[in-house]
Formats: sequence, structure tokens, C-alpha cells
Amino acid sequence: MKKAFAFIILLFSSLHSFSQSQVEMADGMRSSGKIYVVVGGLITILLGILLFLILIDKKVRDIEKRINKK
Amino acid sequence: MKKNWWKILCVLLLVYTLVAGFLTEVPRLPILHETIRNQYFHVCMWFSMMILFTVSLVYSIKHLAGNKLMHDTIAAEAANTGIFFGILGLLTGSLWAKYTWGAWWTNDVKLNGAAITMLTYFAYLVLRNAIPDEKKRGKVAAVYNIFSYVMMLVFILIYPRMSDSLHPGNGGNPAFSKYDLDNTMRLVFYPAVIGWSLLGVWIMTIQIRIQQIKNHIDL
Repeated sequence: MKKAFAFIILLFSSLHSFSQSQVEMADGMRSSGKIYVVVGGLITILLGILLFLILIDKKVRDIEKRINKK
Repeated sequence: MKKNWWKILCVLLLVYTLVAGFLTEVPRLPILHETIRNQYFHVCMWFSMMILFTVSLVYSIKHLAGNKLMHDTIAAEAANTGIFFGILGLLTGSLWAKYTWGAWWTNDVKLNGAAITMLTYFAYLVLRNAIPDEKKRGKVAAVYNIFSYVMMLVFILIYPRMSDSLHPGNGGNPAFSKYDLDNTMRLVFYPAVIGWSLLGVWIMTIQIRIQQIKNHIDL
């Protein structure tokens, strides 16, 4: 009787921890400890810097055009 | 080469930040998980922005004192670059908020404070570009810039401290406060702040040089 009781308690305790570990959904960005959020952040920063590069390119092209006109 | 040592330092620090930022061991905290590494990237955007806005303020005051066109150009381009970093901060923060708090935008004090700051500086650019006369433009923009800097101090440094924020470290949220920001994180975080700030200054100097060439051609 004692053994069965202990068995049931242990069974439910494991079920309890099992259900807790299932709370985290492993969809895309939340997988691998949400590391892809950091990756996404860095991609955002990189895209920003690249956008800045394109803008500089355009500015310099305008200046070149103006100098060549003179 | 001697004058450009800080650009080399910037590159080295940023490479170090990326490598160490992804590979070093970080505290294992609930909710945050690996996104604690965003402190090396997202948080640094705001540091960079504040340094650029401070440069902008200094040159606005210099412009008011000395009335040199160059100082007005520097102030405007510093504000421009600061806004660029502010937008990057908002975007990276928004992405982070979606996967930690569950929403792209919340009514958190820091979020709203940052948004108001960005709007104040947008208004600076609009105001400056709306005045065709160069001398008048410099004066009016410089005076407004001092105002917007004060607004930034209020909305980024003071206002968030007056109430709780959802941000890590505020209101008992898991965070890298003085207890959690361990020394390995400091070892990456401080170089990261310097590296991203140097990148901001670098971008600013390029913008200023282009603008000065434009001014020169128009004369």
C-alpha cells in the first residue's frame, strides 16, 4: 500500500514537472533559448547600417554630378 | 593613419562584441533566456544615441555663441545620426518585446519615453529644414535643440525612474542589475558600448564631411 502510494505521488510529481517544461512553445523565434531574437536584432542593425551605406552612395553620386556640371 | 586610430579601435571592439556577445556564458534567467545578449546590441544603440545627441547639444551651444555655419552643420548631422541609432534601438527593442513580453509595443514608460524623444528630434529636423535662411535656421534650430535635449534627459533618464518599467532590472523583473550583471557580461558590455558609440561618431563624421562638401559647392 505504501509503495503504491509513493508510486502514485512520484508519478504525479513527474507529470507536474513535465507539464511545466511544456509551457515554452518551440516556435521559430522562441527556439534555442530565444537566440534568434538576438540574431534578428543584429540583422536589424546591419540592415540599418546598409541603408546608411546606400544613402551615402546616393549623396556622393549627387555631389559627383554637381561637380561634373561645373 | 595616426588620426584614424579610433576607427581601427571601433572595428576591433565591434568584432570582439559580436564574437564574445554570442559565445560567452551569460546568466540563465527566466523570460530573458538568450535574449539577455541583446544588452550588447540593443542597449548600446541608446548609449550611442545619447552620445550623439550630446555632441549635437554642444555644437548647438557653440553655434549660438560663435555663429559659425560649420557648428550648425555638425549639430544637425549629429542629431540626424542620433535619430538613426534611436530608430535602430526602437526596432530591435520592438522585436525583443514581441518575444519576451508578447507584444510589439507596450505602454511601458521607457518605450513611450523613447518614442517621445524621437518625435522631439524629428521636430528638430522638420523645424530646421523649414527655414530657408541659413542664419535664422541655425539660431532657431540651436535653441530648439537645447530644449529637445532637456526633453530627452527627462523622458529617458528621469521619467522611467519615477515609475516601474517592464524592462529587465525594473520592478523586480529578472535582470542584469548590480546583482546579476556579472563580470563576464561587463567584460563584453563596456567594450560594446564604446564600440557602438565610436561607430556612431564615425557615421556622424562622414555625414558632416558630405554636408560640408555640399555647402562648399553651393558657395
